[in-house]
Amino acid sequence: MSIFITIIYVVLMICTFMCLFRIAMGPTSADRIVAIDILGTVIVGFCCVVILQGGRNFYMNIAISWALLSFIGSIALAKYLEGKGLDE
Amino acid sequence: MSNIFVIILVSIGLAFELVGCIGLIRMPNVYNRLQAATKCVTIGTCFILVGLCVFAAANSNISLVLKTIVCIIFILLTAPTAAHAIARAAHKSGIPLWKRSEVDKYEIDHEGEDPLPDDS
Repeated sequence: MSIFITIIYVVLMICTFMCLFRIAMGPTSADRIVAIDILGTVIVGFCCVVILQGGRNFYMNIAISWALLSFIGSIALAKYLEGKGLDE
Repeated sequence: MSNIFVIILVSIGLAFELVGCIGLIRMPNVYNRLQAATKCVTIGTCFILVGLCVFAAANSNISLVLKTIVCIIFILLTAPTAAHAIARAAHKSGIPLWKRSEVDKYEIDHEGEDPLPDDS
């Protein structure tokens, strides 16, 4: 099981670095917003793996709040890209 | 015995996440990247959460099961909404389609409208 946890961490780190590459190199700002949205979802998976590793159940609260904040942040960035205010 | 199910479910989720992030690197345009990445990563995270739900149910940890189900429902509701908002904003901000794209249904449906209406 511990080897499996290590493999999960390595694969998720590869996914995270792909998202960070796209955030750094994205030619338009929409590319960066897409990559930030994806990165938030990957980090929710990271929190689940931390719980699988053993015992630390409070990471589920972190995962739920990270999903909430990632959604709100994506909507705000999309509205900003669209050129409108947040209340329309 | 439940460890086998957890390993299988988390492995399926990891495969989806890896394919989605490769699509984020590989695809040529914003819309194609959004199309490739969002759905794959969403369903991959949901598979990892289902694996965690099985793990918590095997340890009879009821609060963790309920929180996992809440997180699954929330991700399945919000990730497509955020992707839709980003795609609409990218189209309205004037990013062109890929050069080999053939039809733009949004442009056809909203023909003649001002892309950024001035409300003030």
